[in-house]
Amino acid sequence: MGKLIRGLGLALALVTALTGAALAAPTEIRIGVALEPPTLDPTAGAAEAIDIVVYQNVFEGLTRIDENGAVQPGLATSWTISDDNLTYTFKLADGVTFHDGTSFDANDVKFSFDRIAAPDSLNAHKEFYSVIQSVTVIDPLTVEFKLKNPVGRFLFDIGRGDAVIVAPESAATNATNPIGTGPFSFVQWDKGSRVVLERYDPYWGKPVALTKASFVFISDTATLTNALLAEDVDGTNNFAPEALDVFKADPRFTVLVGTTEGETILGTNNKKAPFDNLKVRQAMAYALDRKAIIDGATYGYGTPIGSAFAPHNPYYVDLTSTYPYDPEKAKALLAEAGYPDGFSATLKLPPVGYARLSGQIIASQFAKVGIKLELINIEFAQWLEDVYTNHDFDLTIISHVEPFDIGNYANPNYYWGYDNPKFQALNETLNGTTDEAKRKELAIELQKIIADDAVNGYLFELAQTGVWNAKLTGMWKNSPIEGLVLRDIHWVE
Amino acid sequence: MSAATARRFVFTHPSLWLGLAATLVFTLLALVSLVWTPYPIANIEIGDRFLGPSAAHWLGTDNLGRDMASLVMAGTLTSFVVASLSVLIGAGIGVPLGLAAAAWGGALEWLVLRLSDFIFAFPAIIVAILITSLYGPGATNAIIAIGIFNIPIFARVARGGAMSIKTLDFVAAARLAGLGNGAIAYRHLLPNILSLIIVQGTIQLSLGILSEAGLSYIGLGTQPPATSLGLMLRDAQGLFLIHPWLTLVPGLCIVLIVIALNLAGDGLRDAIDPRLKGAQQNAA
Repeated sequence: MGKLIRGLGLALALVTALTGAALAAPTEIRIGVALEPPTLDPTAGAAEAIDIVVYQNVFEGLTRIDENGAVQPGLATSWTISDDNLTYTFKLADGVTFHDGTSFDANDVKFSFDRIAAPDSLNAHKEFYSVIQSVTVIDPLTVEFKLKNPVGRFLFDIGRGDAVIVAPESAATNATNPIGTGPFSFVQWDKGSRVVLERYDPYWGKPVALTKASFVFISDTATLTNALLAEDVDGTNNFAPEALDVFKADPRFTVLVGTTEGETILGTNNKKAPFDNLKVRQAMAYALDRKAIIDGATYGYGTPIGSAFAPHNPYYVDLTSTYPYDPEKAKALLAEAGYPDGFSATLKLPPVGYARLSGQIIASQFAKVGIKLELINIEFAQWLEDVYTNHDFDLTIISHVEPFDIGNYANPNYYWGYDNPKFQALNETLNGTTDEAKRKELAIELQKIIADDAVNGYLFELAQTGVWNAKLTGMWKNSPIEGLVLRDIHWVE
Repeated sequence: MSAATARRFVFTHPSLWLGLAATLVFTLLALVSLVWTPYPIANIEIGDRFLGPSAAHWLGTDNLGRDMASLVMAGTLTSFVVASLSVLIGAGIGVPLGLAAAAWGGALEWLVLRLSDFIFAFPAIIVAILITSLYGPGATNAIIAIGIFNIPIFARVARGGAMSIKTLDFVAAARLAGLGNGAIAYRHLLPNILSLIIVQGTIQLSLGILSEAGLSYIGLGTQPPATSLGLMLRDAQGLFLIHPWLTLVPGLCIVLIVIALNLAGDGLRDAIDPRLKGAQQNAA
């Protein structure tokens, strides 16, 4: 009898152990993302899709940007800045290894930044790092940066995906086999389907909870909806707002609505008639009904903007009332500019939902003041070539997703062709200013100049609308920088 | 067939009658949209979107607040125009090719048949993607792509019909009377295969409407602000779980039009194919 009871007890213990194992939280995640990256090397491409997969997951920089857009220590655990703001000395983390087993030290830092500055560099944002005069290795765990002039956002800029630290041994093949120092190492890339990462156990920093992460590429909204509903994927960082209501009512899912750095604009070719006429641009600004555009194209999830600045940024100033919606005034301005009957123009639209929808709405709004728009839908590669590179366009709609990118307006060769020496000088001053109060003042001045000049039509700040399995936690609600950081994501019961 | 027998035929074949009537209704709706729609289709009123059917909007409004009834009317017109023009292209080029192949035979026939095989090897969608990558998307390109796809179909039908007529005595008599290949094809073969071509045209019309919807659905056909039934489906698909009505309206319209055309096509074949009629009389 005693034996029997003991046997029963054993069986019971076994059953408990088994169900316990089955109930333990899973440690793998499958994430649906819309766009497949062209390569996996964030230091050699401008596509946001690259950072979504690898930024802070596979690769790390000296600093890292957190969910709130603040600078946190990364591979550099601490730093000192000289009084003239020209010399930065970084203390590096000890015991860091790359995923191929090679060790990380100050030489890798120097190599990474020299690679950005090299004449044959493929880096998409060399301008952020051109201010670096020299990188000197003091000892294996100390590195010193000398700058040509003070830059207020230097610590932020070295935390971008463009400035992650790579190893000389593997830098050449990072495009297809990325080797970094991050908490996840690269496993495989099934082209057209997914990228798989797994936890790198010797990771130097705080261990992560997930053991495996797959990024599954699903560009079609209806397909992604079904994949989420069938739980074929566990979440997505940015879901089409039109179908968000499907998940809001379903307790199996969490919907995270946050901010991004994406200022969506009606890009205007300032070098081309009639858009070189300020009155015409002002007329277009008066003809835009932002509320209808935001409701129609983002289902109310966008935030209206009046200039090229993110509303959640501390330097932001609300300029949406610079040119309030006023079709009568728009008509009057067009008549003053010599177009009493309006004019015809083309509007080139890249293949993203917000652009295609906004385009139709704006065409209808412009038609009311006499501007006839022809909508031309183009693919993204063609957009980059026609609009961004060759400046062959009248109007376009696009979201500029990089943090703090108002400096683009200081570049007269940028695709919208805005050339204002006053703006350029002020921008130069801002870049060299480190005093917070002064910086804010300058940034506000810059926002006002481009708002008054109606350089582009300022529409709305894109929202980040994530849909995740309700048992997941640790996802970023906001997107202060391009990336989908897995670090804190884990399952809870 | 006399007027009286034609009338009797229509009444004894309700499917033909139904098909023709439904086609006529849709054609009229499409034509009316040229001069009048309940609302202008480019009229976007975000505040009025996702309204259900009501007195103001008979079929409700879509995701941009456009009137669905107006969109359906204009979309049906686009579908009919694209399908009809592509049938005209297909028949205009395919029928002469098929007749020539039958009349002359030899190397010409071989060439026409191989050419047909070649075009058959590329589905309309591939041709459309090719044309789109060269000239950009648009309704015109959809017409050309579907038209090219129609050519070998009409060529084969014309050749097949002509071959069976060519062996008949009156053709031999015409040849004895001194008519050349071209004249025989035009004066004797063409009139005798016309019924076949008309029937095939009706079937191709319904396939053309399906193809246009397919091309617009994947973004290669009609472009906004113009509209077509396929484009309406495309716009609505992401919203299917929330507003299924937006998908149902254009989807059902496509189904109804295609069924109507198929009924009309089948009925027409029964009505004007002399052999089939003979068979019926014999059976009676």
